[in-house]
Amino acid sequence: MESQGLLIPIEHGLLFAAALFCIGLAGVLTRRNLLFMLMSLELMLNAAAFVFVLAGAVHGNADGQVMFILILTLAAAEVALALALVVQLYRRRRSLDIDSLDGMRG
Amino acid sequence: MTAWLGWIPALPLFSSLVLLLVGGRLGQRLVTLLGVGSVLGSALLSGLLIADFLAEGAAVTTRQLPWLSSMGLEVAFGLYFDGLSAVMLGVITGVGLLIHLYSAAYMAGDEGYARFFGYLNLFVGAMLLLVLADDFLLLYLGWEGVGLCSFLLIGFWYREPANGYAARKAFVVTRVGDIALAVALLIMIQQFGTLHIQTVIERAQLQWLGSDWSFWVALLLLGGAVGKSAQLPLQTWLPDAMAGPTPVSALIHAATMVTAGVYLIARTQGIFLLAPRIMELVALVGALTLFLAACSALVQHDLKRVLAYSTISQIGYMFFALGAGAFSAAIFHLMTHAFFKALLFLAAGQVILSLHHEQDLRRMGGLLRRLPFSALCFAIGCAALAALPLTSGFYSKDAILLQAYGLHGGSLAWWLALAGAAVTALYSLRLFLKLFFGEAVTEPSPDMRPTLVVPLALLCLLALFGALIPQPLGAVFAPLAATEVPAAVHGAILIMPWLGLVTGVLLWRYGRGFRQRWSDSALARSWRAGWGFDALYDGLLVQPLLLLARLNRKDLADRPVQFVAWLSARGHAWLSVTQNGRLRRYAAGIALGAVLVLTVVTL
Repeated sequence: MESQGLLIPIEHGLLFAAALFCIGLAGVLTRRNLLFMLMSLELMLNAAAFVFVLAGAVHGNADGQVMFILILTLAAAEVALALALVVQLYRRRRSLDIDSLDGMRG
Repeated sequence: MTAWLGWIPALPLFSSLVLLLVGGRLGQRLVTLLGVGSVLGSALLSGLLIADFLAEGAAVTTRQLPWLSSMGLEVAFGLYFDGLSAVMLGVITGVGLLIHLYSAAYMAGDEGYARFFGYLNLFVGAMLLLVLADDFLLLYLGWEGVGLCSFLLIGFWYREPANGYAARKAFVVTRVGDIALAVALLIMIQQFGTLHIQTVIERAQLQWLGSDWSFWVALLLLGGAVGKSAQLPLQTWLPDAMAGPTPVSALIHAATMVTAGVYLIARTQGIFLLAPRIMELVALVGALTLFLAACSALVQHDLKRVLAYSTISQIGYMFFALGAGAFSAAIFHLMTHAFFKALLFLAAGQVILSLHHEQDLRRMGGLLRRLPFSALCFAIGCAALAALPLTSGFYSKDAILLQAYGLHGGSLAWWLALAGAAVTALYSLRLFLKLFFGEAVTEPSPDMRPTLVVPLALLCLLALFGALIPQPLGAVFAPLAATEVPAAVHGAILIMPWLGLVTGVLLWRYGRGFRQRWSDSALARSWRAGWGFDALYDGLLVQPLLLLARLNRKDLADRPVQFVAWLSARGHAWLSVTQNGRLRRYAAGIALGAVLVLTVVTL
């Protein structure tokens, strides 16, 4: 594993990605403001993307970085849509509180 | 010619199918064309067949189509046509056609016009199937079809809860008799392995001579007949059946339904003759019914209920004649009764229409000048009902009483029937006087609607001269031995109606105070309620059943079902908590689920 000349051990990278993902998840679950939830979601996406880059580096090919670019595009598209929703939500409710959107409760 | 036999019941059945399926979309004109036209077609075919039969005089059987074959029971679908079927066919299609014609005018503009004609055609079709059936199972199909149609038609104006109740009562009460008939059929299957009517009767005469089977089967057949023909003890449904539209009453009382019981006994006379005790019972049931119903008819306030009780009474005469062994006289009376009872009901319908749906005799009177045509119809109908000379009813009732006396002499049943003749004349007169004499109470709109006049005029002719129509029954029933009837007995039979009429006139003229007191007396009230049979059955059967149902409301057998219902209700409440609309909870659920799955996969 060390043969590709990676400076840091892979476990550290994975632990970092897991920590990043958990921080993002905790943000999604605890934040009530939709804007902050979106930012936390970005953190989770980046954690996943980081694992791809890491794996690419470990195996010594470019596939990981290709996937990273793909995720980046996806994130850009997602943010474009989500921000439109945020703007609409704010226009209608004058607040970004996600818990106020419970009109579909069973 | 016999190839056309199948079309007679098929035409009305087919037209009823069309009317009930798509009748709502057809115009009133088309519905009339289909509803009346199909019965007209049946009537024409029947006329041709009967003429053919009168010329050749041999019973015919149509092709036997295999219908059912199981466990040694072979049932074929075939029609049988003999003198008895010919008479029934003539009555059903002839009188039925006139009633259909009348209905086209009577029901015009009703929102259920197509439905009405659909039911009416189904009724006629089922009745035709009943009298043409070659096989007891096919007969039973027609029998049940007739019961179903009476239910549908009595409750035709279903928005009135009382009509629905009357329909249900007719259905349930006749059902009691139907079960007896069904058991009789099961015994036949068990004994002979066939339900072919002629075969069953032939074998019964060979095998049941002196055995108890004939007694039981005849008793059960009688049970079926009293249910359908509204005889004691199952007569309670017929007066309530007046809830239906008036042409329906005419159809039930004259052409179809109540004559089915008389037909059944006449058709299975071979079995009844093996059980002399049951024959006596038939005569006694008929005589009691005719007398009790005649007394009830005497005190009714409702025009149609008078006619209903008179029907029960006249059917009682037929049963009495059947029980006495005077089969052809019974069928003769069936025919003449169909004519004059249809006439009376249709004329009553005209009076009721003219008085804007008024049926209470106490609010009628003095209509002679205002409704002359109805008065003429009623005069002829009542005269025939009272068996005045030269009307058709005279000949048939005379035949019944004479032949019954010749066969059995003056038994209790015979004396009851004789007394009933006087009571019949009395209530016929009462009905006529109450309607057309006395003070006028309400102002009628004029009668003589041309569409209503034609059937009524034809029925008037039939009620007067219907006794001249030949009855080809010679081959069906064994001829009666000629017996000498004393002149005094014959004189008594002739005098009885006049006795009733004279009493009636005297009471009308001089007995006003007596009539008032009598009408309020306890006896008259009990007669008006049909001798209290309704109250008796209510106390004896209905209330105990309701009590049992109330006691057993928390039925043990219901518990598992109720547990399933409780479980799904709780499960629903529990699961619907998770659907709270909070996005963050859903996300938490997804995360938790992912963690769980990962744990399971990695460990």
